[in-house]
Amino acid sequence: MWVLLVLVVIVGLWIVSAYNGLVSLKNQTANAFKQIDVQLKRRHDLIPNLVNAVKGAMDFERSTLEAVIQARNQAVKVNASGPEGIKQISQAENALSGALSRLLVTVERYPDLKATGNVGQLQEELTSTENRIAFARQLYNDTATQYNTKQQQFPTTLVAGLAHAERTDLWEIEDQAERAVPQVDLSRR
Amino acid sequence: MIGFVLFFAWLGFGGDYIWALSNNHHPFPWLGIVLTAAAIVTAWYAYKTGPEKVLWATGAHELIDPQTDAERQVANVVDEMAIAAGVPRPRIWIVPDPDPNAFATGHDPRDSHIAVTEGLLKICNRDELQAVIGHELGHVKNLDVRLMTTLAALVGAVLLVRDGMGRMMGRGGRLPGRSGGRRAKDAGPLLAILLALWVISWIIAPLVTQLLAMAVSRRREYLADAMSAQFTRNPLALASALEKIESAAAPTESIKRGAAHLCICDPLGRRLTNREGWLADTFATHPPMGMRISRLKGMGYAQLKKEGGSFTNSALA
Repeated sequence: MWVLLVLVVIVGLWIVSAYNGLVSLKNQTANAFKQIDVQLKRRHDLIPNLVNAVKGAMDFERSTLEAVIQARNQAVKVNASGPEGIKQISQAENALSGALSRLLVTVERYPDLKATGNVGQLQEELTSTENRIAFARQLYNDTATQYNTKQQQFPTTLVAGLAHAERTDLWEIEDQAERAVPQVDLSRR
Repeated sequence: MIGFVLFFAWLGFGGDYIWALSNNHHPFPWLGIVLTAAAIVTAWYAYKTGPEKVLWATGAHELIDPQTDAERQVANVVDEMAIAAGVPRPRIWIVPDPDPNAFATGHDPRDSHIAVTEGLLKICNRDELQAVIGHELGHVKNLDVRLMTTLAALVGAVLLVRDGMGRMMGRGGRLPGRSGGRRAKDAGPLLAILLALWVISWIIAPLVTQLLAMAVSRRREYLADAMSAQFTRNPLALASALEKIESAAAPTESIKRGAAHLCICDPLGRRLTNREGWLADTFATHPPMGMRISRLKGMGYAQLKKEGGSFTNSALA
């Protein structure tokens, strides 16, 4: 009689702890997803200031700078349109990343430019921004994977239904062109 | 922590028991209570102020408003790693020492500090710096910092107490035999043995604390290396950083003995660090550098194999 009672208590405690674990992971996954947005917004806010800081020094590369500003404005517009446009948002953000990497490559072409204080700082800030977005996505994928795995592993799957655990999607590259090696055209135009 | 307090409680109540045997009446066990209370207060104080003390001892200054490019880079790198690790941003400190090293301290991810030496900033490139910071954040995330910082402060506290007790014992050595001398003869041999054991444990107390500090150090270092590789997805960066740090080799003078086990590389340059085996595992604070580097390269090779990359155009070649 006692043994049965103890067993029931132990199983009950386990159910509670598995349920709580799933809830915690679900919230962490949602948080990690929003973190990506935080970094994207930071990039939107940072770019105009950065571009202004180097406009004087990089006057001869005006077209590259303008491409960056335009891509940024487009990305902001798309983001404001709402959550349904996830595909459009990622397309716009990828376009912005492309424009930024072209800018960074341009800066590499002029070694004297790097010595100019502002431009070196621009490079560092842009690199950091791209890294932050990448790490935010990495954290989201890691957390989502942890959540999915925990839901699917044996004893916890029994509790998954109770905890309303759903399989979350990982952030992935939708446009196959993204996987191609980037072409960098250094010819003078 | 609990072990620490219990150990002192045992010492205190043991002393009371011996006193009771020698006097053959049962006094209020004030020695036990006082010592336990003192241990609790010491432990709490060490826990609370540990990080500040450790940082103060190294002469570090906090990086609040980055001025130079190097400072901006450090601030950015730490931010990026904090994002990848999923922890809040730690406070950054810079130690004015030309020898490359880094350590982490603090209570938990919400209240953590990371310190790097100026030497490290000079010799590492951005990726390597990121890998080192990733290693330190691994320690923070594992709550190694809580364990290690408290133990570092406790080691200091215990040594102080031992010195104090040494002075008291010299003065009060006559106390146990003061009254009830008749009864004392009957309990004679047992009393002597207990007293001897009690005195020996006083001598051993600092050693025990030191051992506790080193007990899991090596495993935690390997774990922090692995976590850095997980955060950066670039184990070769850490391998290359460790190689650079190792070849710079000189002892880091700013980091004192108590904080040695918090650093990425043994600041005292001890020979024991490079040995394997049970003795080295128990007493050394860090694993052999060669072992750490080869494990990281192994991870890099496995990663490369999975991605189908070529061996010749990688850093492993």
